[in-house]
Amino acid sequence: MIFQRRKLKASTPNPYHQRQWRQFKNNKRGYYSLWLFSILFVITGMAELVANDKPLFVYFNNEVYLPFLITYPETAFGGEFETEADYRDEYVSSLIEAKGWMLWPLIPYQYDTIHYKLNVPAPSPPTAENWLGTDDQGRDVLARVIYGFRISILFGLILTIISSLVGVFIGAIQGFYGGRLDLFLQRFLEIWNSLPVLFMLIILSNFVNPSFWWLLGIMLLFSWTSLVDVVRAEFLRGRNLEYVRAARALGASDRLLMFRHILPNAMVSTVTFMPFLLNGAITTLTSLDFLGFGLPAGSPSLGELLAQGKANLHAPWLGFSAFFSLAILLSLLIFIGEAVRDAFDPRLLKR
Amino acid sequence: MIVEEKTPSPSSLSSEPLLHLQDLRVSFEHDGNEEEVVKGISLTINKGEILALVGESGSGKSVTAFSILQLLPYPQAKHPSGSIQFENTELINAEPETLRKLRGNRISMIFQEPMVALNPLHTLEKQIGEVLMLHQGLSRQEAKTRTVELLARVKLPNPDRLLNTYPNELSGGQRQRAMIAMAIANQPSLLIADEPTTALDVTLQAEILDLLHALQRHSAMSILLITHDLNLVKRFADRVAVMEKGVLVETADTQSLFSNPQQPYTQALLAAEPSGEPIPLTDPSTPALLTVQDVKVWFPLYKGIFRRVYDHVRAVDGISFTLVPRQTIGIVGESGSGKSTLALALLRLIKSTGQITYKTHHLSALNNNKMRPLRAELQMVFQDPFASLSPRLSIRQIIAEGLTIHQPQLSTETIDQRVVEALKEVDLDPATRFRYPHEFSGGQRQRIAIARALILKPKIIILDEPTSALDRSIQVQIIQLLKDLQDRHDLSYLFISHDLSVIRAISHDVIVMHAGKVVESGPIQRVFADPQHAYTQQLLNATR
Repeated sequence: MIFQRRKLKASTPNPYHQRQWRQFKNNKRGYYSLWLFSILFVITGMAELVANDKPLFVYFNNEVYLPFLITYPETAFGGEFETEADYRDEYVSSLIEAKGWMLWPLIPYQYDTIHYKLNVPAPSPPTAENWLGTDDQGRDVLARVIYGFRISILFGLILTIISSLVGVFIGAIQGFYGGRLDLFLQRFLEIWNSLPVLFMLIILSNFVNPSFWWLLGIMLLFSWTSLVDVVRAEFLRGRNLEYVRAARALGASDRLLMFRHILPNAMVSTVTFMPFLLNGAITTLTSLDFLGFGLPAGSPSLGELLAQGKANLHAPWLGFSAFFSLAILLSLLIFIGEAVRDAFDPRLLKR
Repeated sequence: MIVEEKTPSPSSLSSEPLLHLQDLRVSFEHDGNEEEVVKGISLTINKGEILALVGESGSGKSVTAFSILQLLPYPQAKHPSGSIQFENTELINAEPETLRKLRGNRISMIFQEPMVALNPLHTLEKQIGEVLMLHQGLSRQEAKTRTVELLARVKLPNPDRLLNTYPNELSGGQRQRAMIAMAIANQPSLLIADEPTTALDVTLQAEILDLLHALQRHSAMSILLITHDLNLVKRFADRVAVMEKGVLVETADTQSLFSNPQQPYTQALLAAEPSGEPIPLTDPSTPALLTVQDVKVWFPLYKGIFRRVYDHVRAVDGISFTLVPRQTIGIVGESGSGKSTLALALLRLIKSTGQITYKTHHLSALNNNKMRPLRAELQMVFQDPFASLSPRLSIRQIIAEGLTIHQPQLSTETIDQRVVEALKEVDLDPATRFRYPHEFSGGQRQRIAIARALILKPKIIILDEPTSALDRSIQVQIIQLLKDLQDRHDLSYLFISHDLSVIRAISHDVIVMHAGKVVESGPIQRVFADPQHAYTQQLLNATR
């Protein structure tokens, strides 16, 4: 599918795509949301450079060290242990400062760095040092939000892309060939869709120790069905269109008919659906984390932060941080989704 | 009221104006650009008169009609100037309340496609009764009695029983009658008929128009008939107004317009009738290219929980004919007679039984893979040029598709060259090949569809109503193009149409189909001059 589309694009500039892009831009809110989202995506994508408990750059003894990339033992800086240097430790930092200097990232904490020298008991309120305060284990909330944001987006994107590919493929086959195949797959889908997904996820995540990929796989089991119906309906309609019939009369193979002639039309409803799938995936991950069945303990996750906020109502910065980062992320995606829908809306197409 | 009442003769028409349009302009706003589609029209409809508004597609005739009832999509549609006076009421920017009282009451409208215009979820009683209850304040029982009367007046059989039927249970002609019954329910002074018969078969067209005519005489209502079909106008209208590109070019009495058209556009419109002879056959004894024997397409009907087959819909029921090189066989018949199904069956796009022999190949015995190479030689052009071109592919991609399937070894340059040649063959500018279908008019699109078939150098092209969606003047051009191509490339055509004048201009032989069967066939002159079968006679009479 992707191969076919790329081939088409390469041959001529497609005014359809240009027009869609124009229409997308016409939706100002969606357009700016896309920019904002891209900026956030890039920043959180480089989370290790933004929030890290290791310096980005160390100049020591006329030599250059890149601690955020490479692990150096403490002995490298004249310390005593063979283990990795703890740059936040006063002893190590004084060793380095004596013969050089360190460049710290903007936020000198990892998502799991515990701040031991808090003046107040954790969770501590926002200060100049911890912009969003710390959580109940003394970890910097901003660092956790940045890493959590990244994990949510990546999880959502991967899940959406894979489940779309599977869904489009199954839906296409079902709609195009119809008949008995369609009948059986449709009954199977009905049964599969009636499984209580959240409970299944909770039960399954009790069997395995849920890592990122495990969770992705488990959720994929249930999320691929969401696009099947839409794509199936489009293909059922599409296979009887006159230009599809015309292509068949030319001798086009089934694969060509499906992917060159029908799919572009089915893509409209599919692509329109995708931002909402993405949102759904992020929300599901968050709710699993909130309930404690999600990512392994200690992972930066917005759901876990929400749960902390609920457990520590006296520390409102926890709940607020989690709430606002989720609200902003989900709203941006919805706005982008609306603009995408506009871009594909044939009623807005002008001559 | 009874139909047989004394009716005023058409000569005693009052010249009292009923509706007057003065300098009417309509423009549509797209994305900040205003496009004027009706450019200052002044027109009067007198009481009891039938005025025909004719013009080709895009001339603005429907927009004019819709603006009378203020049914355009405001505020995208605007009236920069103009006034519409109906019995001394100004309709432009009238209060919604005023308009509501007029619509369906004093002015009513019938539409082109009755299936779309009737609500599929309401019975006839409800649809027609609603109009009566709304505007005349009748009770349910009174409305019911009146509805039966109305259904009888539009000559629907068994009006009592029809009350509880839904639109989908009626045939096309019956639906149109039901819609007329609804439109005349409140005895309107003005009936706007927007292409009332275009969606109907020829034999039905005449019936519906006769009905409208009778109703008009009976109740002295005025009719604004919007149509592109000049035959209808000639038989039916008192006066004719001709529109071209939003401008009224000529208004005259029907007789004087047809006998002595003043404007060049009107003359061109009147002259636009497909004419001429089919191309000469080289040698009548050439071996057959395509032999069709007893082809049947039966769709099974199922019954019960075990889906037992209890009967079949016999869409095509035993058709046989022979096609020789350079020959055109016209296939005529009404909608539902199985013409298009036959075409699909011949190309093996749907399942059929019987023998189809192309050269030495028994098509019916070939599987899809063996059939594919032969598809290059058996091509098809479809009816609707707007539906048969994929909107997302450029013209070059559309035309080249067949080549890329059948001759994948060709280089991009060769393909491009062949596309250019094909476009030249159909008289289109090759420079347009990077554009997309929506940028072309209906006639140009049909040329593109022909180029797509032509590029594979086929022997036979099946043309399924290739001209029905086009204006008369464009039809003439397409027919001429098809004949030129046939002569140049020794093509054979199977030409499917319901339009006898088009068939006459291109076919050597004709097959008349009715309910899946051949009722008459033979050389075109013989069949048209001396039709044997009752159905053929009916068909020919309807178009005279």
